[in-house]
Amino acid sequence: MRISVDQDKCIASGMCVLAVPEVFDQREEDGIVILRTDVPPPELREAAREAAASCPSWAITVTES
Amino acid sequence: MTHPAAPSPTATAPAGIPEYPMARASGCPFDPPPALRALQTEGRISRVRLWDGSTPWLVTRYDDERALLSDPCISSDNTHPGYPHVSAGALERRKRAPTFINMDDPDHARLRRMVTARFAIKRVEALRPAIQRIVDELIDAMLTAPKPVDLVEEFALPVPSRVICELLGVPYADHGFFQSNSRILVKRDTSPKAAGEAIDKLVHYLESLVTEKLAHPGDDLLSKLAVEQVATGEISTRVAAAMGTLLLTAGHETTANMIALGTLALLQHPDQLAALRETGDPGLIASAVEELLRYLSIVHTGRRRVALADIDFGDVVIRAGDGVILANDAANRDTSVFPDPDRLDIDRGTRQHLAFGFGVHQCLGQPLARVELQVVYATLYRRIPTLRLAVDLDQLPFKSDGLVYGVYKLPVTW
Repeated sequence: MRISVDQDKCIASGMCVLAVPEVFDQREEDGIVILRTDVPPPELREAAREAAASCPSWAITVTES
Repeated sequence: MTHPAAPSPTATAPAGIPEYPMARASGCPFDPPPALRALQTEGRISRVRLWDGSTPWLVTRYDDERALLSDPCISSDNTHPGYPHVSAGALERRKRAPTFINMDDPDHARLRRMVTARFAIKRVEALRPAIQRIVDELIDAMLTAPKPVDLVEEFALPVPSRVICELLGVPYADHGFFQSNSRILVKRDTSPKAAGEAIDKLVHYLESLVTEKLAHPGDDLLSKLAVEQVATGEISTRVAAAMGTLLLTAGHETTANMIALGTLALLQHPDQLAALRETGDPGLIASAVEELLRYLSIVHTGRRRVALADIDFGDVVIRAGDGVILANDAANRDTSVFPDPDRLDIDRGTRQHLAFGFGVHQCLGQPLARVELQVVYATLYRRIPTLRLAVDLDQLPFKSDGLVYGVYKLPVTW
């Protein structure tokens, strides 16, 4: 699984950080999403999928390998 | 008639198109109106009639609402002639103090991003000790006050008001002024004249504050806007003040209603209240907050939008220029997403509700609202374990006429 984020689409809701803080973080200056890792370990993959589904602006893409 | 009256909730328009918003059933203050649930069962989309006689589309199902709120052909621009205004007062507010809440991208994103940093998860989490202190101080004061106490006046309103004041850099001493003016703005039957005067007073007040912050900046959000955006010429003092007004009003009215109405809902569900009072599990407390947000859906007049292009929607085509209302209170009771949706279950454990909306306009203050409600629900019932209503449920004044639902007063004792 690989995660990518679109910072232009992001609205800084923080939903992804609430779901998986190990994978997602927010930029200091404006709260826009940053990735802590783009390849989440197996135990965080389900939560990462949920984070992508709960993003209000569809800024997270999950590519299953 | 000098201004349009709020629609009579029970009347049906002559053409057979139901009026919206609809009335709740008596004795069921937490449930969406039966007529709204009936529309949700009958079909995906229907026409409703608003206070001004317009007949926008109403959408009530969870998946449909999420899809439309993410659709680039759906606009929040309330200067568009087809936009379904919630009230004559709301229309007046937009004319005098436009904010990003009613703009589309790229203007929306440009302005919203000026204030998002302070609402990031870590920044809000850092406020938790200060919020706990405010909650504890207000409970201390309540415990020494003569009973019964109006929980709205003594607790539900002061908690978020003090928090948003600290975050913005607004003196809390002025709370009588900003609370009374925002109270005018959140009533659906407020005349355009009264709404205009209230918004002008608030914006003027915020303009003076922004000007003051320019000269003597602090560490608050208004100072940040003054120094980084106003001083650089990116936005005017007026635009900064309009944003400040939005954050100040939205920042206390909504959470205050969740505190009071949430407490009432828990008092009516003693098993749920007991589970919450006795738990030390932050996970269950967070889940209870999400469940009360879903169950109560205090934004009960729908999310308002207008179509910018034709949208194929099941059997109908939403035409460019048509108004569209997304009833998030109905969506949050959609059986296809929430099993047994009318049951309050603090252990439900889902954040998928639409209480904060969805799409690029999803509530900016949601991380702050979550932490405030977590602290309140984890503290109030533990510190006052015998808390109970001081009047009968049917004597409570509900905000049926509000843009945001809640109770005007909540007399409690212990």
